[in-house]
Amino acid sequence: MEHTSLLERILRGIALTLVVIFFMFPIVWILMMSFQTNETILRIPPQLVFKPTLANYTALITGKLTTAAGTLDIAFMRNLWNSVFLSVTSVAVALLLGVPAAYAFARHKFRGSEDIAFTLLSFRFAPALLVLLPLTLYFQKLGLANTYIGLIWVYQLICLPLILWIVRGYFEDIPADIEYAYRIAGHSWFATFRKIALPLAGPGIAAAGLLAFIFAWNNFVFALVLASADKQPVTVGALAFITSSGIQYGQISAAIVLSITPTLALALYAQRYLVEGLSLGAVKG
Amino acid sequence: MSQSALSISGVDKFYGPIDRGVHAVQNLTMEIARGEIVALLGSSGCGKTSTLRMIAGFEEVSRGTISVAGRKVHTLPPVKRNVAMAFEGYSLYPPLTVRENMAFALKAARLPKSQVDAKVASIAKLLEIEDILERYPSSISGGQQQRASLGRALIREADLHLLDEPMGQLEPQLRAVLRGRIKHFIKERGLTAILVTHDQTEANALADRIAVMEGGVLQQFDTPDMLKQRPANLFTGTFVGEPPMNVFEAYVGTAADKINLRLPDGLSLDYDKDAFSGSVRDELLKRQRVVIGIRPYAVRRSKDGVPATVSANQWLGDQTHIAADFAGGSLVLVEHDRTRLELGAPINISIDPKNLHVFDQSSGMAISHGMELA
Repeated sequence: MEHTSLLERILRGIALTLVVIFFMFPIVWILMMSFQTNETILRIPPQLVFKPTLANYTALITGKLTTAAGTLDIAFMRNLWNSVFLSVTSVAVALLLGVPAAYAFARHKFRGSEDIAFTLLSFRFAPALLVLLPLTLYFQKLGLANTYIGLIWVYQLICLPLILWIVRGYFEDIPADIEYAYRIAGHSWFATFRKIALPLAGPGIAAAGLLAFIFAWNNFVFALVLASADKQPVTVGALAFITSSGIQYGQISAAIVLSITPTLALALYAQRYLVEGLSLGAVKG
Repeated sequence: MSQSALSISGVDKFYGPIDRGVHAVQNLTMEIARGEIVALLGSSGCGKTSTLRMIAGFEEVSRGTISVAGRKVHTLPPVKRNVAMAFEGYSLYPPLTVRENMAFALKAARLPKSQVDAKVASIAKLLEIEDILERYPSSISGGQQQRASLGRALIREADLHLLDEPMGQLEPQLRAVLRGRIKHFIKERGLTAILVTHDQTEANALADRIAVMEGGVLQQFDTPDMLKQRPANLFTGTFVGEPPMNVFEAYVGTAADKINLRLPDGLSLDYDKDAFSGSVRDELLKRQRVVIGIRPYAVRRSKDGVPATVSANQWLGDQTHIAADFAGGSLVLVEHDRTRLELGAPINISIDPKNLHVFDQSSGMAISHGMELA
């Protein structure tokens, strides 16, 4: 145990509290807003005590948005499903492609391997908006615009480099001799990959997968341009709450709460892996 | 010689492009008979581990062929070569216990469980690791991991057992005991083993023949005795043997019926012409300059010898190592009694021509050993 004086502990507590308040405040505020009507939200000065209502959540789940100008149909639950489907499928595809590729880059130094790996990483440097215009034109020609396949494909720009680079670091950390020992004991190259390399890199693969999921879930621009209403994820769907008769703050908040819940739950559940994945795998040279 | 267990023929290893990359192993040719234990001995970077890895199939062979038990294997993947290997870094599978690690290859070969258990038990007894069979690699010491890794290799019935620095991490007492047991185990089962080591005691104790390597070139491949008695060149001469051979450059001269080996500092070793056999004398007289070598335990002190000055004196409990300033260099001699000599004391050295190794000055190749030509 390290020795700290009482004063030090108090100061540390205060500092931590300040940081937590600073970062958590928006989320807490949104959570509170999600249980209020537009009137109570917009009251000045804002009130901490209010009569909670579930109206926002019911509106989202039933898909009927009641505004001053009448009732609107919103596809929030559909959007939420799209988000889940797009993120899960994109990460699955990226893992399927990225993990073997990461293994190849880690274990086999072939001509141009570093260049290829770096090119894949550079996908993440390109500003999304720069890629989007030509991509939209191509996708329209190819009939991929506004399809799940097209979106999942584009999402690989987000997921694949991330998985490739994090998992590669993990594979490089496994001593090659462990794999050799397995191979010389009578196993094929592929069996070695499956039985030795994959399990040993497991935590790294999990971390990379989670991280890719979060990035995919939070994506806005690709889906905004390349998908129409019925394929849109929640990030884009939230725009529907800006209606002609005003902005539905209550519903927006409820929508935000619902849409961050899965990633938040995942992040909390796998916090340790995430930190490890970010600090170990990619940073190590 | 019985059937060849391993035949390496004209093997080159380049790291990088062939003929332009680093030439790690150069034109290596070796025949190893079934049942033989061979040590690849050399300092780090001499090509011994590269050779072992080419045999195992972890490194590509740049040129030449490798056959194991009569089958050409150098293009086959490791799984098809039927060789077992103990790795220098142990390389145990972390998620498996020591027992599972050892049983691994046997299970892959679909041996019945009762046989697997019996084999694990007998190898564990041999290596004194019975008490850690159910432990995981991360929870045992380096020496224990090394024995587990060695056990994982020895348990297999392969055509060839490759052992990379198999005992480097063991305590000295245990190492001495295990050397004997492992040698007995290998011999009893008629296994063929190749071990890589930089420790000549280990090579001497375990191996029937030792291949001395340096700079990617096989220097000499012979029995431990022959390496000591008849080193093929200056490198093996000075590399094999502890303490190392004393070497001096000498000018060959004649005066009356004497042969003089003139050393730096105006010293000279003078021998009667008849002290050498005829063939050795002829070879000596053909040359102006040679390198002479003398083993420390063959150097004698005598009143009429060449003068030297004591510079260090160590009693090791069973022998005395004396270092002396001699002929512009340093000379080590070993005596079996406890010799008390002050530092700086003058001594006189004599060298029996029967114990003299002579090497060519430019090529380093041996010319003669005692009374015989190399």
